[in-house]
Order: sequence, then structure tokens, then C-alpha cells
Amino acid sequence: MSSAHTKTEHGHTDHNYLNHGSGIWSWMTTLDHKRIGLMYFATVATLFLIGGFFALGIRLHLAKFGAEPLLSPDTYNKFMTFHGAIMVFMVIIPGIPAFLGNFVLPIQLGAKDVAFPRLNLASYYIFIAGAALAASSMIFNQVDTGWTFYTPYSTAKTSNGVILLVMGAFTMGFSSILTGLNFIVTTHKLRAPGMTMDRIPLMIWALYSTSIIQILATPILAITLLLIGAEKTLGVGIFDPDLGGDPVLFQHFFWFYSHPAVYIMILPAMGVISELITAFSKKTIFGYRAIAYSSVAIAAVSFLVWGHHMFVSGQSTLAGIIFSIITMFVGVPTAIKLFNWISTMYRGTVTFEAPMLFALGFMFLFTIGGLTGVFLASTGMDVHFHDTYFVVAHFHYVMVGGTLMALMGGIYYWFPKMFGRMTSDLGGRISWVLIFTGFNVTFFPQFVLGAMGMPRRYFDYLPEYTNLNQISTVGSWLIGLGFLVGLITIIHGIFKGEKASDNPWGAKTLEWQTSSPPPHENFTTTPTVTAGPYDFR
Amino acid sequence: MTSVSSSSEFHHQHHFKSAEHQYASSKQGIWLFLCTEILMFGGLFVGYLIYHSLYPTVFKNGSETLDWKMGAVNTVVLLVSSFTMAAAINYVQRGLHKIAAIMLALTIACAAAFMVIKYFEYSHKFHVGTVPGKFSLVDPSCAAGGKRATCESKIAALLKNPAELEKNHVSAEEVSRLKAVISQPKWEMFYGFYFVMTGLHGIHVVAGALMIFWIFIKTLRRKVGPEYYTPVEGVGLFWHVVDLVWIYLFPLLYLVG
Ligand code: HEM
Ligand SMILES: [Cu+2]
Repeated sequence: MSSAHTKTEHGHTDHNYLNHGSGIWSWMTTLDHKRIGLMYFATVATLFLIGGFFALGIRLHLAKFGAEPLLSPDTYNKFMTFHGAIMVFMVIIPGIPAFLGNFVLPIQLGAKDVAFPRLNLASYYIFIAGAALAASSMIFNQVDTGWTFYTPYSTAKTSNGVILLVMGAFTMGFSSILTGLNFIVTTHKLRAPGMTMDRIPLMIWALYSTSIIQILATPILAITLLLIGAEKTLGVGIFDPDLGGDPVLFQHFFWFYSHPAVYIMILPAMGVISELITAFSKKTIFGYRAIAYSSVAIAAVSFLVWGHHMFVSGQSTLAGIIFSIITMFVGVPTAIKLFNWISTMYRGTVTFEAPMLFALGFMFLFTIGGLTGVFLASTGMDVHFHDTYFVVAHFHYVMVGGTLMALMGGIYYWFPKMFGRMTSDLGGRISWVLIFTGFNVTFFPQFVLGAMGMPRRYFDYLPEYTNLNQISTVGSWLIGLGFLVGLITIIHGIFKGEKASDNPWGAKTLEWQTSSPPPHENFTTTPTVTAGPYDFR
Repeated sequence: MTSVSSSSEFHHQHHFKSAEHQYASSKQGIWLFLCTEILMFGGLFVGYLIYHSLYPTVFKNGSETLDWKMGAVNTVVLLVSSFTMAAAINYVQRGLHKIAAIMLALTIACAAAFMVIKYFEYSHKFHVGTVPGKFSLVDPSCAAGGKRATCESKIAALLKNPAELEKNHVSAEEVSRLKAVISQPKWEMFYGFYFVMTGLHGIHVVAGALMIFWIFIKTLRRKVGPEYYTPVEGVGLFWHVVDLVWIYLFPLLYLVG
């Protein structure tokens, strides 16, 4: 960002946010958004390892390498539930906004902090409390409902552990609402002088749209989860058909949140990708406004499509058709983004450092995920694909191939800013190759399995599915290895990485105008902004 | 506007330009949070409306067993509390700490009165058996076993027992209403909604009262005043929303039927 008097003369003062206070206590009580972001990083990474453990367990079981099944049916269901719930509620949803968003949003706006720093720290602890509550169900009373908690199984049949998991998710939802609220107010009120709304970086547009979804959709999840709790403890009967309740109402409520929630997962990822693509193409982004407004458009449309999860639930044909058509509309703003990114790279000076590889991986995998979403959105085809491995492959391509790729890219990209050191580019590339190949080896066969009719969430399958399942399991080890290499690269970078310059990638957004790592208050003098965020010439 | 006693030295936080800037930001945050509260109750209202249209008779009979007089008194109590809260904000803004504190105390008293009345309502319902699913049966093991259809309800048991009826102050009129209720299948559903909706609202009343108490202390200590009253206003707005939710709950549950 070309700005009149952004600071340049800071040299390398030794004073930065990392050493602005020392000792564990100064971290636990910090109000600095950058530190809070890193605390989310550590937490989410830990949870990701736990979720990954369950994933590898499921895949190992399904490979059927031994004569005896690895897991009992009951344990299998529990593995599946914890894998899904951890990955969705504790990894992908908070991952980018709470970690990367917290770290970069105020700096990119030229603010000293988020609008409500204390609330920000509170959100973190609320998240921890929620995660602990949910995790306690692993110890006391395991859950086997799947992460969707479908009634009446969850309310009338299974153990009371559901209450713990559901209340944990409720608490984490509260944290998500507070973070979203904080971001919206920060974006509205704390922009640096000259930072008009059409000069904010696209990452912020993405986080802003995400925050709107968090504010509007999460309360519905909250009430739905509370109702499950009430149903189990009081037997209120709102979802229990025995008492006249309607289990399909639960599905409506659940997906009214959970479909928009997939955009809580993916919109911030798209924001990261916009940053990466410009930085590594050294070119002004093509169609800034189109990308910015398409985020808001995706947020808006996301509220109108929940019924595509319920094509076979007995909803009317008309409702099915309407939901199907609206679902297809989501493709339009999504495609706008993809085309704009590609146009940005066209004739740019593209370089392929690790973050850019992840960005390209995102574009490739997300496109496959999105296109197969169109299959699922067609009512006729969904009857065939519903609850098969096709769906599993689809949402892993979007959530993992999309969000996690962006998250990894984002980590490598902002790492120098966070720690003042570089990660090894070779390490980053190796982790990319492993994750990317492993990913396709794991999930592509699942499209085929789904089309052949292998149902999802099943403990066992017909012999004809064996080969593809084994290939898929081998792929999952590659992914695991890839993340391990990634983790080592990051840890190595933190302690042994080369010193990073203030702007190692030559990017233009504001966070690169301050020192690496930034001082406690982000900038030594408030920057004044005079041009758009990607002013390459 | 009289004595502007500015005993509270107020500094805005370092990341805001000025006190006004901080005030405007806080206010936006509070409003956004209130939106989420309204949306959360909105989910319940949607559910209520759906089942109301599916089982109109159940909801009509159920609503007739609620004590609309107690509900009406509670409505008035909350309206008064909203008034005293608004007055408290106004007095704090004018630096009249003493009367502001009195108004806040009155608001807390109203909240307490509301909860006491609710307590009487709830306990009567538990006595006569107009309670949600699990608790509406004589033998709790019935609910768990899944064969609820053959289980006796608390209401039915009570109706057979004149001594119990008298002990619980059940009038002849109420007896006929209770009979009407259990004449319909799935009648427990109405009480499910009743308890969840009023229960969640009750939790908000208690939370609101605690926050008002916090503001009350702040006012006594003169930590708020004409130059800084954001927390007072924020809590006040929250309290008005709690009030507003009740304004919708009362007619829906007690009157519409
Ligand atoms: C943007 C990122 C997206 C994410 C994170 C995502 C995530 C998911 C998830 C988690 C499920 C599984 C639900 C379950 O457990 O039953 C799912 C199913 C589905 N998705 Fe997506 N999705 C995304 C994009 C799309 C798009 C772009 C479309 C359509 C064009 C789409 C259409 C569908 C449909 C129709 C289903 C229901 C399939 C069925 O249950 O039979 N999704 N998605
Ligand atoms: Cu959806």
C-alpha cells in the first residue's frame, strides 16, 4: 500500500509484541490481538492433531488390512462423531478467522487493536471452555450421533454425552459470535485515515462477510443446540415424534446454521487466497470490487439454500426445486472470484514459493469440490448420491482442499510477520507436495466409491469397494505425513528460521509496512492511506 | 441540567481516537449483540408458530391453563422496570448519581418481583402436572422406556384425587381446563414450549439483573457519569430487549392460544 508516511525508519528495534511482556502469565492475560491470534493457533493446531488422529483411525479401519476389524461398530461411530465435530466446530470454523483474522485484521486496517480487546480475550477463553466441555464427552460419555446430532436418535435414543458435546458447541458458537462482532465494529470504526471501504484488503472483505454470517446464523444454531439439551434433560418433545415433535424441524434449524457455516469456513479462505495471489503475481488484483462484493453476495445467498441438505427428507418437490435453483446461484459469485484470481495471475510475475503453491492447490481442489456441489444440488442426482461417499468426497474437497489449503498457505505467508523469521521454503514445498498428492489419492477414489453406491458413515462395506478404500487409506497417511512435515517446518522456523525482513514477499498491504514482528501497537505512527490495497505497477 | 459532578476521571482506551469514538464503537457492538439475542429467540418463535398451526387445539387448551393474570402482572412489572432503567440512564447522563442508583435498585427489585411471580406460576404447574414431556408422567421410568402412551399422566392422577386437588387450590374451572388439556394427544408439547421459552427468558432476566447490579455498584462508586455512561446504556438496552421478548411471549403463550 503506497502510503504517505508509513513508518520506514524503524530499523530493527528489538521491541516487538512477542517480547512486550514475558512469561506465560503475560500471554494468558494479553489483550494484544496478535498474541490472541497465536494462542488460537496453538489451540486449533492441537485440536487438529486430535481430529486427525480420529481420521486416520477411521481410514485405517476401512482399509481392512487385517482379518479382524480394527474398531468395533460402536467405536467406529464414536470416532466418526469426534472426527467430524472436532474438525468442523474446533478447527475449520475458528481456524482462519480467529487465528489468521485476529492476527492480520487490525494491522491491515492500520488499527492498534480490535475494537474490544478484552472481549477478544474473553472469546478465546469461552472457546477453550467450549472445547473442554465438548472434549469432556470423550472421557465421560462418548457420543455416536455424528456431528450433525440428528434427532430423534440424538434426543431419544443415545447416551447423555450428547448434552456435553452440544453444550460445548453452543459455547464455542458464542465465542464465534463475539469474534464476528468484534471484527465488524473494528472494520467499521478503526480504519486508519484514508482507509476507505474500497481500500480495505480483500482479506478484510472476506472476514467482514464471514462475521455477518456468524452474527446472523450462529444464534439459530445456539437455540437448536439448547433445544437438544432441553429435549434430553426435560423431554420437551419439540423434536421427538413420540411427543408430537418433528425431527425434520431439527434438520431445518440445523442446516439453516450449518449451511451458512460452510461459508464461515470458506469465505475467509477465499480472502487469504486473494492476498496470496496478488502478492505472488506482483500485480494489482483484477476486479477488486467484484471479489469484494461477491463475498457479501455469497454470505447473502448462503442463507437461502439450506434445503439442499434435505432433498430426500420428504420436503415438497417445489421446495426441492427452489432450493436446487438457489443453490446453483452460489456458483456465480464463487466463479467470479476464481476468474478474477486467474486474470490476476495472467501476465503477472508469478513466483511459486510455498504459500503460492497452497493458493494454487486451493484453486484446483476447491474447483473440483464446487463442481461436484452442483451435482449434489441437482435434486435428481442427489437422490442417487445422498449419504454416499460422493458427499464425503465433495465436502472434503471444499473444506479440506479449500479451507485447510488456504490456512496452510496463510500460515506460511504471514509467518515472517508473526515471528520475524522465515520458514524453510523447501520444507513448505515438501509439505505441499505430500498434502496435495495425498489429498487427491485419499478423496478422489471416494467420488468413485460414492457413485458406485458405497454409503457414508458405515462401519463395513461390500467386497467390491475394497481396493478403492485401500488406496484412499494410503492417501490419508500421505496427508498425515504432509502435515507432520508442515509442523516441523513451522517449529523449525520459529526457533531456527532465518531473520525475516519487514516485507519479504514485496506485498503492498499495510501489515507489511510495519516491522517484523510488529511492535505492541502495530505501528509506531498511525499510517495514512492514499491508495488501494494492491497498488503494484 | 444540574450539578455535573465529574468525579470519574475517564480516559478512552489507547486504540480509540476519542471518548466519542469509543462510545460509538461500543454502541455498535452492543446493538450487534442484541441482534443475536433477538435471532435466538426468533428461532423459538418460529418453532412455536409452526406447532401452533399444526396442533391448534393443543395450544388453545394449553394456553387456557396458564394464569393470564399473573402473566399480566409480570408484564406490568417489566414495563415499569424498563421505565426505571431508562430513567436511570438519563440520571447518570445528567450526573445525578443518587437518584440514578435508586432507579437502578428499583429495576432490580422489579426483576426480583418478576422472578418471584414466575416461581409461583412454575410451582403450581409442577403440582398439577402441566409440565413438559418427561415430567408429565407419574412414573418417570415410563418416559425412558418409550411406551409413554400407556403411562398415566400426572394430571390424570391428580384429577382422580379430590384431596390433592383441594390441597393444590385447583378450582372447578381449572379442573375442566385440565380435563380439556389431556383430552388431546401430544398435549405435553405446549408445555415444552412454555417452559423452554419462559425459562430461557427467565435466565435472561436473572443475567440482566446481575448486570444491573454491576452498574448499580459502578454508579455508587461514581465510575460512570455524564462523560462516560456506555455500560449503563448498554445494560439498559439489554434490559429493554429482555422486556421486549416478554412483550411478545406474554400474548403468544397466555392470550392467543
Ligand atoms: C463452499 C464450501 C462448501 C463447504 C465447506 C461444503 C460443505 C458441505 C458439507 C459438510 C456437506 C455434508 C453435509 C452432511 O454431513 O450431510 C455438504 C453437502 C452438500 N453440499 Fe456442500 N459445501 C460447500 C459448497 C457447496 C456448493 C458450492 C454446493 C453446490 C453448488 C454444495 C452443495 C451441497 C449439497 C447439495 C449437499 C448435500 C448432499 C447430500 O447430503 O446429499 N456445497 N457440503
Ligand atoms: Cu449446504
